Amino acid sequence: MSIVTVQLGQCGNQIGHEVFNAICSDVHGTHGLCSKKENESYHDACKERFFCEEESEVPIARAVLVDMEPKVISQTLSMAARSGYWKYDDRSRFCQKQGSGNNWANGYSVHGPRHKEVIMNLVQKEAEKCDRLGGFFTIMSMAGGTGSGLGAFVTQCLRDAFPTSFILNHVIWPYGTGEVIVQNYNSVLTLSHLYQSSDALLVHENDVIHKICAQLMNIKQISFRDVNQVIAHQLGSVFQPTYTAEGGLHYSRNPLGDLMETLVPHPEFKMLGLRNIPQMPENSLAYSTFSWPGLIKHLRQMLIANAKMEEGIDWQVQPPRLGSSLPSSHSTNRPLHFNTSIANLVILRGKDTHSVDLGSFRDPSLYTSWLNPRDAFNAWKTPRAFNKYEKSASLVSNSQFLLKPLDNVVGKAWNMFASKAYIHQYTKFGIEEEDFLDSFTALEQVISSYTIL
Amino acid sequence: MAQSVVVQVGQCGNQVGCRFWDLALREHAAVNKNGIYDEALSSFFRNVDTRGGGDGHIYKGKICSLKARALLIDMEEGVVNEILQGPLRDVFDSKQLITDVSGSGNNWAVGHKLYGYQYREKIVEKLRKTAEHCDCLQCFFIIHSMGGGTGSGLGTFVLNVLEDEFPEVYRFVTSVYPSGEDDVITSPYNSVLAMKELNEHADCVLPIENESLFDIVNKIRQMISSGKLGSTVKQNSLVTSSAGSARTVQEKPFDAMNNIVANLLLNLTSSARFEGSLNMDLNEISMNLVPFPRLHYLVSSLTPLYTLADVNVPSRRLDQMFSDAFSRDHQLIQADPKHSLYLACALLVRGNVQVSDLRRNIERLKPSLHFVSWNQEGWKTGLCSVPPVGHSHSLLALANNTCVKPTFTELKDRFMKLYKKKAHLHHYLHIDGMEQSCFSEAISSLSDLIEEYNELDATKGGPRTDPSRLQIAV
Repeated sequence: MSIVTVQLGQCGNQIGHEVFNAICSDVHGTHGLCSKKENESYHDACKERFFCEEESEVPIARAVLVDMEPKVISQTLSMAARSGYWKYDDRSRFCQKQGSGNNWANGYSVHGPRHKEVIMNLVQKEAEKCDRLGGFFTIMSMAGGTGSGLGAFVTQCLRDAFPTSFILNHVIWPYGTGEVIVQNYNSVLTLSHLYQSSDALLVHENDVIHKICAQLMNIKQISFRDVNQVIAHQLGSVFQPTYTAEGGLHYSRNPLGDLMETLVPHPEFKMLGLRNIPQMPENSLAYSTFSWPGLIKHLRQMLIANAKMEEGIDWQVQPPRLGSSLPSSHSTNRPLHFNTSIANLVILRGKDTHSVDLGSFRDPSLYTSWLNPRDAFNAWKTPRAFNKYEKSASLVSNSQFLLKPLDNVVGKAWNMFASKAYIHQYTKFGIEEEDFLDSFTALEQVISSYTIL
Repeated sequence: MAQSVVVQVGQCGNQVGCRFWDLALREHAAVNKNGIYDEALSSFFRNVDTRGGGDGHIYKGKICSLKARALLIDMEEGVVNEILQGPLRDVFDSKQLITDVSGSGNNWAVGHKLYGYQYREKIVEKLRKTAEHCDCLQCFFIIHSMGGGTGSGLGTFVLNVLEDEFPEVYRFVTSVYPSGEDDVITSPYNSVLAMKELNEHADCVLPIENESLFDIVNKIRQMISSGKLGSTVKQNSLVTSSAGSARTVQEKPFDAMNNIVANLLLNLTSSARFEGSLNMDLNEISMNLVPFPRLHYLVSSLTPLYTLADVNVPSRRLDQMFSDAFSRDHQLIQADPKHSLYLACALLVRGNVQVSDLRRNIERLKPSLHFVSWNQEGWKTGLCSVPPVGHSHSLLALANNTCVKPTFTELKDRFMKLYKKKAHLHHYLHIDGMEQSCFSEAISSLSDLIEEYNELDATKGGPRTDPSRLQIAV
């Protein structure tokens, strides 16, 4: 089954381009460290998922590029074509002359309805090119106007037009100290609307990725390109083919469906965080070796202590003892900084994955009480190494990972809303104070739900 | 890509405008090596096939003849005629001019009421023409001074017309405010009358004060002549320089100062014209920097003022650029934003600067700046890959800050000094359409604005009580 990617706004298009680059370079890389047959299966599964193969042409990404101004899309298309390994379909793009001005209302209420038909036609065309549609993957930032506002609108349209397809929104959480002054408003409006139409929101925080670039990748002058490449690597580590069943003979063909099934048991809980280890500069890879037990131990502690990367993990945080015979639905006896999970997914790529012991992830004390730990935890594996990492482990987690960032954003937005600053810019395009209040209410509900896990 | 139209009104407006077009051509010439008419050029220029006297618009392909998307308005002919006889004469279409002979006599009422009424139809017609040549008109830039008659009066009249005829298009106004020692006695009247129009009809105003421009020019001259920099300063990098542009004759006295304003406009629009990793379009500037409709006065600063010729710039110098942007010496009005309250701040960086440099400097400078309680992290940032001519990187800072208040209160004081004695009022009141109420409404509008800034200042440094969050029933 194939995934159709919808790249929205500057951020969405810049990241989307890096994602396809990462996937393509992984597939063509010679560091698979597995049998030729394995490699070929991997290659085929990946192709089916992300690319459309035309006769005597380089593979064409299954993507729709949307932006309200032309500069970024032009750049993205030409950079992809220059790579020689893949490209975009030139016709699968939609842009206008003037951007959304960082105004969510402009993206959602003006550009959305105005261009709905054209955009949905492009999506329909891509969907039709797939033998079997596995779902949609949208990439957008929350801070701006197009990715956020138009993105929320398009997600709604996707839900209406494809009621039974899976929709995964990849959302970029902006830097805490401002890229856009009204970013908190835009974020609140985006998240509350996405929550209604999307199946799950997979989040990357700019601050976190920036730290990874600085501390783990040792990049001195970090550019957005560097940040986007790390994000692309992490996404690739999730979406490249894997075997989802123990002793499975074929690569899973329904990645989005599998993801939703394992991680989103309840529609109130859709916020997914992503961790990937190890991360290091490419030229250090050759000198490093890792053991699975070491990687698993680190990854588990990152989960429990809500660490953003493998350095600076707080090893003091431990799950509470489960001795009490009364199951408590209010976790009053849990230490405050312990990260409670609803469901987790670990993805292992590389040598000897079949022998890895993942028992520590099945510890019931990590999870809420409503799911059987057997169901709350899943593992996908492949012996095929990813992107030159001999061993690589990723964790997609539906847990309290994003509780604090969410609470921060809502807090700041509420603070600004109380002074009514900038509201006139939104009402100008049809988003009223009541719409803001609805969004705040919806998100306070989500925060409350995640807090009492 | 969206287009912008520049409307230059009055002597000051046209002189600054002339420098703007000159430097814009220089900038595009430096970037556009192939001579192909591209999207970036189209934001300010049309490509016209003038062979055989035609006026056909060429959308793609080689540059044939570039015409500025501009409207030149002046009620006396001297300045505009000079432009049309100078090296930029081919850039302007003769149909884009509106001139008269006798000037406005430094009288806002003559500019606004008399000439406004007289030329309204012509103004609308010519604006429509320029708008028709654009396939997506995003913004009007008005350049004028506040103290005189034409720029101030007719300029603000045009502002009204723009709002009526093109309500969807943004209106950015670059206004040169008179200094205390202005030799035009009635400049306070003209300025305050114009302020009311700016309050009500402009989307964003970039106030400029000649004193600040003058100080910057002097500072540069001193640096160069003191020999501290020696011969290593790149001439065309000076923010005051016309080097490399079309103007080859002896520089006029205001040229250096006007070049600064021209550079301001070029930097402001750079991210809309050129590519970058984090674009900042013009509508984003208004969206992020104007929290309340009337508080749309933005204090600007440009750094660096010059570049030394050495190629490798250590990041310490890069950080110095950020620090300078907040120093009072670099502001284009007499103001000190560091010691006043920020409502919002935008940083538009050009050239080889990455997001980590930006973040590092924001973190470094934030503690010393005061931001309003509901916008503690009020930064808007943009990264444009193309640096200005002669530089490897540059920074434009735009601040919505209460430090504009002194400029307005001084204006109000100067106005009141004249008004109390009813000095020169008769020159205004005998113009058709002018009444005493125009004056009282104008000063009241300015007072209200000052009061809004006062209220914000009162919150500065006070205890921060965040409003309590919504409670959800569990």
